Amino acid sequence: MESLTPLTSVKPEFQPFKRWQGFVVALVVALLIVFLPFPFLSPAPSARIFRIEASNFEFSPSEIYVNPGDRVTLELISTDVVHGLSLDNYGISLSAEPGQPAKVTFVANQPGIFRFRCSVTCGNLHPFILGKFQVGQNTLLWRAIAGSILIIGFGFWSFRK
Amino acid sequence: MIRLEISRIPWVQTLLRNRWPQFLVRAVTFSGVIFTILAGLMGPLVGSYNFAVIFVWIAWWTALKLFFIPFGGRSWCSICPIPMSGEWLQRGGLITRAGKGWGMGKRWPRFFRGNWLQAWGFIIIGLFSAVTLTSARLTAFVLLFVVLLALVLSLIFERRSFCNYLCPIGGFIGLYAQTAPLELRVKDPAVCAEHTEKSCYINCPWGVYPLTLKTNTDCGLCMECLRVCSKDNIAVNLRPFGEDLKSKNQFRLDEVFLGLVMLSSVLIDSAIFLGSWGDLKSAAFAVGSIPWWIFVAAFLLVSLGILPGLYIFAVWIGVRLSGERSSLKQALSNQGQALIPLGLMAWIAFTVSFAFVKFSYVLPVLSDPLGLGWNLFGSAHLAWVGESTPFTAFIQVIILLVGLFWSFLSVWRASESSQPIKQAIPMIGFCFLFTLSMLWLLIG
Repeated sequence: MESLTPLTSVKPEFQPFKRWQGFVVALVVALLIVFLPFPFLSPAPSARIFRIEASNFEFSPSEIYVNPGDRVTLELISTDVVHGLSLDNYGISLSAEPGQPAKVTFVANQPGIFRFRCSVTCGNLHPFILGKFQVGQNTLLWRAIAGSILIIGFGFWSFRK
Repeated sequence: MIRLEISRIPWVQTLLRNRWPQFLVRAVTFSGVIFTILAGLMGPLVGSYNFAVIFVWIAWWTALKLFFIPFGGRSWCSICPIPMSGEWLQRGGLITRAGKGWGMGKRWPRFFRGNWLQAWGFIIIGLFSAVTLTSARLTAFVLLFVVLLALVLSLIFERRSFCNYLCPIGGFIGLYAQTAPLELRVKDPAVCAEHTEKSCYINCPWGVYPLTLKTNTDCGLCMECLRVCSKDNIAVNLRPFGEDLKSKNQFRLDEVFLGLVMLSSVLIDSAIFLGSWGDLKSAAFAVGSIPWWIFVAAFLLVSLGILPGLYIFAVWIGVRLSGERSSLKQALSNQGQALIPLGLMAWIAFTVSFAFVKFSYVLPVLSDPLGLGWNLFGSAHLAWVGESTPFTAFIQVIILLVGLFWSFLSVWRASESSQPIKQAIPMIGFCFLFTLSMLWLLIG
């Protein structure tokens, strides 16, 4: 009698816990992604001055990059109506009228990405006038990308035969 | 498959069977929409001080994405005020059917069925979003237009044709309701098959025959079938998240198109409202100007060209790699399931930074909804500048990664070939690329 050959192979099922070693490895890698310090070298802190022009509906420049520990001076210049600048997590708030710039100096002691936003109602798109203040490397983004790759790798591993 | 029939719990059963609780909630939401229209027309011109803008685009839109859809599926549709007046006319009574009712009861044209019009509606909303989200008057006019449109269509077409085929939000909710841990299904299909009256179908405002329900997409959770079923054969169940995506239901191409439009919309909204590109915001706002037309072209290019193109390319490569002879159309429909968790989690992640920061505007307008100098709850002057925190960003990353993993599972389940890995890899690449784009826009 002729032996029967299956026409289709059996589709692997999702079995994340079948081989616990792999699950533990994924967990350890996930913890490393979250907590491992990044080996980025930061230049020595220096004094940085930025003139930010605020208008409807933007800050210019809208992206500011500094190093951790830099002594940062922000000068807000309004080119049309009264605008404000509030920097998330730094507790910094400025307000400038046209022709009357406002200034603040602080130490960029919190690494990461922070938004600065208009804090004085200035027009229709006021709630969406935003800028980006980056201190050091954006480690969260790199960790998130590594996490995405881990998830895909873990997914394929979980579906093995 | 785990199911908990909550409609067996006596107080839940009473609540669902009685038409009054739902009517009262809908009366509140209906009053709310009328008040919102008035506030939009009569209140302050500045959007961030106007009840209409804050309550529609911050409070309600957020509640929909963070609460109603993820946990209740189409639960919002069961209390939605928009089709209410039309429904009263159709049945000739406020709570129960009285007499013949009003309306021509025509069938919705076959050519316009499915989610196509809803997807286009969402695209149109996106093209004008920067204006609509910030203008109180326009928000009011849009609401008024939608209420009147629903009313007029209910007088021409049968049942909830507007909700089924035209309402963009209905399409949004229906698509993502498939992930929800709440469902309405028949208990025993054999009982329905023998029951010749079909009172459930006759009384369903959505035109759904419960026996045919395989997903949450079409059921508006109005509970009419549960109330009229003489066999007590309708159940409301709690179930694990995403059960509809585990079934072998084949997606339709219009659902896939809607899913892709949702992905492009969340990408573009993130760029406009959470990005730091002033030129983009200005272009999106200056309706009718040359920059706006460029914005329209870019929006349509992403929504109708780049994203669908990448999706089709990924699916086509998958089919070729797997060596299967299945048609591309069938594969496009199957893999569409992955767009649902991917899109839902992206919208939730977007909402976390969009709404939590803007929540600072809610309390002041609650106290002074018409901008008349009132201070009803003592919170009229409580406005502060909201801010996002590192924790917010961390939560967004987790949400997006959950979406990626969930879509991975959906891609895998939808890969029907004997070489599922080969078929799945390109589509997983598509999901990965989308997740990276969202990560860059939200925390980059």
